Amino acid sequence: MLAVRNLAVRFGGVTALEGVSFDVRPGSITSVIGPNGAGKTTAFNAITGYLRPTGGRVTYEGVTLTGLRPSAIAQRGIVRTFQRTSVFPSLSVEDNVMTGLHLRGTAGFLAVLLGRRRLADEERHLASDAAAIIEFVGLAHRRREAASALPYGEQRLLELALALAARPRVLLLDEPGAGMTGAEKTVVSGLIRKVREQNVTILLVEHDMRLVMGISDTVIVLNGGRVIAEGAPAEIQAHPDVIRAYLGASHGSA
Amino acid sequence: MRRVGGGCLALIALTLPLWLPSAYHLHVAIMAGIFGVLALSLNLLLGYTGQLSLGHAAFFGIGAYTSALLTLKLEWSFWPALAAAIALAGAAGWFIGRLSLKLRGAYFVLVTISFAGVISLVSVNWIELTNGPLGLPGVPAPELGPWSLRTKTAYYYLVLAAVALSYVVSRRLVGSRIGRAFVALRENEALAESIGVDVTHYLVLAAVVSAAMAGLGGSLYAHYTRFVSPEVFLFSYTVTMVIMVVAGGKGTLAGPLVGAVLFTALPEALRAATSWQWQMLAYGVLLVLLVVFMPRGIVPHINASFSRTPRP
Repeated sequence: MLAVRNLAVRFGGVTALEGVSFDVRPGSITSVIGPNGAGKTTAFNAITGYLRPTGGRVTYEGVTLTGLRPSAIAQRGIVRTFQRTSVFPSLSVEDNVMTGLHLRGTAGFLAVLLGRRRLADEERHLASDAAAIIEFVGLAHRRREAASALPYGEQRLLELALALAARPRVLLLDEPGAGMTGAEKTVVSGLIRKVREQNVTILLVEHDMRLVMGISDTVIVLNGGRVIAEGAPAEIQAHPDVIRAYLGASHGSA
Repeated sequence: MRRVGGGCLALIALTLPLWLPSAYHLHVAIMAGIFGVLALSLNLLLGYTGQLSLGHAAFFGIGAYTSALLTLKLEWSFWPALAAAIALAGAAGWFIGRLSLKLRGAYFVLVTISFAGVISLVSVNWIELTNGPLGLPGVPAPELGPWSLRTKTAYYYLVLAAVALSYVVSRRLVGSRIGRAFVALRENEALAESIGVDVTHYLVLAAVVSAAMAGLGGSLYAHYTRFVSPEVFLFSYTVTMVIMVVAGGKGTLAGPLVGAVLFTALPEALRAATSWQWQMLAYGVLLVLLVVFMPRGIVPHINASFSRTPRP
């Protein structure tokens, strides 16, 4: 279980997170929502090591993650995506995913310089893993194209493929549906469900209420750097604090 | 087709001493080879991890001095001195790599420049060890078993072997998950970290291998010219390496070699053709034209124009 305890982040005089605590149950899809500036992405950054929290800690299966480098946290199976599209732009789709498979490879420096057959075997395995992942996100027809040449929606899919390549046990998705068309969002939420079926726990930040309410088991609402509500989608939609803080005047918008 | 082309080039390289008209031309070929090693070395850092080392002459010079001092003062033979030169330059690379933990981009450039400056000052002022600005004459020619590699032809093959070794090392690294990690750092460091690439580890590794390779070049240079002075630390050596890598095509394996051959041969050709002033001017103009018309470098440009032609 991923447990966040009293997580606090202050930037100078600004408090972005103020003692946030929540759990992400294994195998669940948990969403973090909240108005802009509520601290959602800050929480993501603090959990994945991109930002050192001023207080509190994050543990995964009892092991403290706080203070570890992002790459070390990824090694423990907690892998994130970014709010702004993040791919390796000049590499092909295939090479992007091959790069994402970094943690699945084992060849070290000497093995690379000397080893022949075993190295080739490993490369072949990685290539077939990459092909499977590309197929999974539906980019097989784009395999050899440069990531920078893909349309926006496909770049987001590639980003998801990269994260999956790192073999996550907990996958943190920062606005996976941002900027996508309705059809693309449907594809993404379908993929997220399928990923969960493979025993990957999912934590996502998302603005699109339909997407969130449609796939989440648990929704956590942040406002002003605090958790103001937590529960099943239906409870959240009816929660008075949430309606006041987040959904505001336009009642029915969820 | 690629394989055939590579085979032809290898054949030309192997038979070069047979059909080059003079010892002078062979000298140019040897220098091109030494710069080929240096350019491949710089390319690992600049082309793959994206970090520009403007102090690369320092690793070259450390290799040259280590090898020269060990053979002259301790009377080591060439091969262990070569190994020590590679190791010591690699250690210096480790040191610079550790600094790059915190420093990237412009700061990394400044650190490498300063490092080269400091090492150069040491070579000038630690007179008991380095003989200061007078340099170290009489560096012995290498021997291989009973044979001396004193002749230019023999030395050419030694350098050619070093180029081949550097190329194979680069190629193996680049084609592996290590090379992919290097490129990931160049392309998007935050994303690289998110998929588990340990930035520190790979930057240090790239710096160590790159510096060690430059040390190899330095040692070969010392035993070829048979003389080492603080001039090996000149900034112009670094600039030459950067020109070779960038003009040839950084981030490709063939690019630095093409650049090394071109930019070793070009000044020599210009020297034969014209006076000194015109020579520098022509060099400059050619460089500008190259950058304007092939901004990504010669090799990527050629690759791109090949893949643009329609396939049957």
